[in-house]
Amino acid sequence: MKSLKTFKIGGVHPEENKRSANAPIQILPFPKQAIIPLGQNLGAPSKPLVKRGDEVKTGQLIAGGESFIAANLHSPFTGKVSKIDNFLDSSGYRRPAIVIDVQEEDIWEDGIDTSGTIKREITADRKTIIDTIKSCGIVGLGGATFPTHVKMMVPDGKKAEYLIINGVECEPYLTSDHRLMLEKGQELLIGIQILMKALDVEKAIVGIENNKRDAINHLTELAAGFERIQIQPLKVKYPQGGEKQLIKATVNREVPSGKLPIEVGCVVSNVGTAFAVYEAVQKNKPLIERIVTVTGKAVKKPSNFKVRVGTPVQQLIDAAEGLPENTGKIINGGPMMGKAIMSTEVPVVKGTSGILLMKQEESRRKTALNCIRCSKCTSVCPMGLEPYLLLKLVKLERYEDGMKERIMDCIECGSCQFTCPSNLPLLDYLKLGKQRAGQIIRSRK
Amino acid sequence: MNEVILYTLLTLGLLGTVAAVILYFVAQKFKVIENPMIDLVDDVLPKANCGGCGFPGCRAFAEALVKSANENHSLDGLNCPVGGNDVMKSAAAILGLEVEEQEPLIAVIRCNGSKANSPAKINYDGPSTCAFAHNLYAGEGGCPHGCLGLGDCEVSCDFDAIHISSETGLPEVNEKCVACGACVKACPRGIIELRPKGKKDRRIFVSCINQEKGGVAKKNCEVACIGCSKCFKVCPFDAITMSNNLAYIDPVKCKLCRKCVEVCPTNSIHEINFPPRKIKPEATEETTKTMAVSHQEPNENKA
Repeated sequence: MKSLKTFKIGGVHPEENKRSANAPIQILPFPKQAIIPLGQNLGAPSKPLVKRGDEVKTGQLIAGGESFIAANLHSPFTGKVSKIDNFLDSSGYRRPAIVIDVQEEDIWEDGIDTSGTIKREITADRKTIIDTIKSCGIVGLGGATFPTHVKMMVPDGKKAEYLIINGVECEPYLTSDHRLMLEKGQELLIGIQILMKALDVEKAIVGIENNKRDAINHLTELAAGFERIQIQPLKVKYPQGGEKQLIKATVNREVPSGKLPIEVGCVVSNVGTAFAVYEAVQKNKPLIERIVTVTGKAVKKPSNFKVRVGTPVQQLIDAAEGLPENTGKIINGGPMMGKAIMSTEVPVVKGTSGILLMKQEESRRKTALNCIRCSKCTSVCPMGLEPYLLLKLVKLERYEDGMKERIMDCIECGSCQFTCPSNLPLLDYLKLGKQRAGQIIRSRK
Repeated sequence: MNEVILYTLLTLGLLGTVAAVILYFVAQKFKVIENPMIDLVDDVLPKANCGGCGFPGCRAFAEALVKSANENHSLDGLNCPVGGNDVMKSAAAILGLEVEEQEPLIAVIRCNGSKANSPAKINYDGPSTCAFAHNLYAGEGGCPHGCLGLGDCEVSCDFDAIHISSETGLPEVNEKCVACGACVKACPRGIIELRPKGKKDRRIFVSCINQEKGGVAKKNCEVACIGCSKCFKVCPFDAITMSNNLAYIDPVKCKLCRKCVEVCPTNSIHEINFPPRKIKPEATEETTKTMAVSHQEPNENKA
């Protein structure tokens, strides 16, 4: 058998644990009250456009992004704005958010097509597509929540050759993208064509890891009806969903240090984003809902839900038949890159891909021992860095030297910490070092 | 046999002489001319190399002192917090100048969110560093401004002057503090402030930096400043300013009258090293509370 494509340097293969892979997407009932944080995208937080007491319809614009890297926010529910105040979100801090008292009946804003019919023909031109993506508040749904319209604007002098669609879902446990590919394949492929039109690229490649055979087969079948879309099965390896790793795996190009993928003629987008683009451009529906996986070893009913933004995590856990008794940690995201949340009142945001409930025993950190210089971290780092060295430099506060050792190239995938036999908190130090180095870089500007 | 020794001595002696001559001329050529005052001033400095003066080590500070004396004929803006007025005076005497007396400072912990006052709601088991925890979440007690209690200040202190108390989980400053400011820089939350030591070592300050609304702050911590402005209204010297739901006592204007301490509904204003008050019948409870607060301060015995 021909060996499958993958990226060359580093990588690990954690236990997959895709327990919810066969659970069809269910629609979650509405909560009584929804909290919509204003800072849901990378870049500047949005500015609220509604005030207390205002009646809002589903899909109505409630907060706008003003600066270049910013995104619009739309009301996911019909109801009344009861408060605009600081609320705990997944960052661990109380941040500004709009609270909506949800009414049961869903009244959509005018001009939004809520019918289930699939609209194949792309009538919008390039500029309209980008404008719609912007006005509908589409952000990258892979987790980084980078505003998609910014990605679509290719800088002068650069040319996008490939659109690479990320269906890798390399994080263990998570299955939201997998289910989306299986259940919304048609829409997804139309979304990809829209993105291709907006970017004016010749070819799109959908990278899917080989542990999702059903999704690969399903999409390959469907893609026969579409031009220039190639479905590329990939070897199962974490962190293949990283932008740079995926480019290396699919088109064998390497993004230079500190540069964006457009440098090598690629634009990468998540399957979730492509679906959201389809809904925005063809149905004029803003980004107000997403697929979230609720899973974990002790979860009774691991499931995938279609959730409106602003729904408290508690409701998702309830729908998965409750919090298991010995839960030690609730993680927003996957086990490798996700972050523990402080309370189940935290709402689902655009970037929430999964809720992982960890058992008490697996949630504890193991005691950190001394570095034994085994160089495992170096061999698994997908960016070719030396995490053990960077850890030392950050401990010594030698951030300048850290920058020379390319600490800013770290993608925070956590492979080093995952593989370290001494259980050293490598990723924590790297994150801290990146933050401090970033401050130094900014202070120089 | 004797010849061998003779030749050896001659060769080595000659080599030595040639090297000495070369070194003599090289030393003349590359001589570093340094103001001799720098050595003299350096001798009186504490040699702690703590960086509290803002210069990298005592030698650099000595150089700065001499430079300032030569160029500006004053030592304004230069101060060695470790040596205090004595060292600055002797340094100034060497340079033939005089310095103004500076009030000695001490590090003050502006958070009283102890384990009892702000009980832990969640459990953090990551590396024991405030810098990590600050990036991660608001804190075990839920206060986004409060002390994380993981001891970055303790690690940063070169003088053994600040320690995390195992009982309260908060740092405590002892009399060894020289106000070098290392802990102020180390604290990611900006809780530690350098304030004048005060007359007879007595100080009054708001032991809270939470800028959230009163209700939210109080929910996470029993002794948070809720921004009620009672102290602001009662202060006869205009020493208290209110901003962002938080009171701040200006140590220069404060005359240590203790009126604000009495009115504070959450006991977030601390008085240190004051003698116990005469117990008034109606204020019994209040007084015992504030006494309990000053008990937590290690300086209490010094008064």
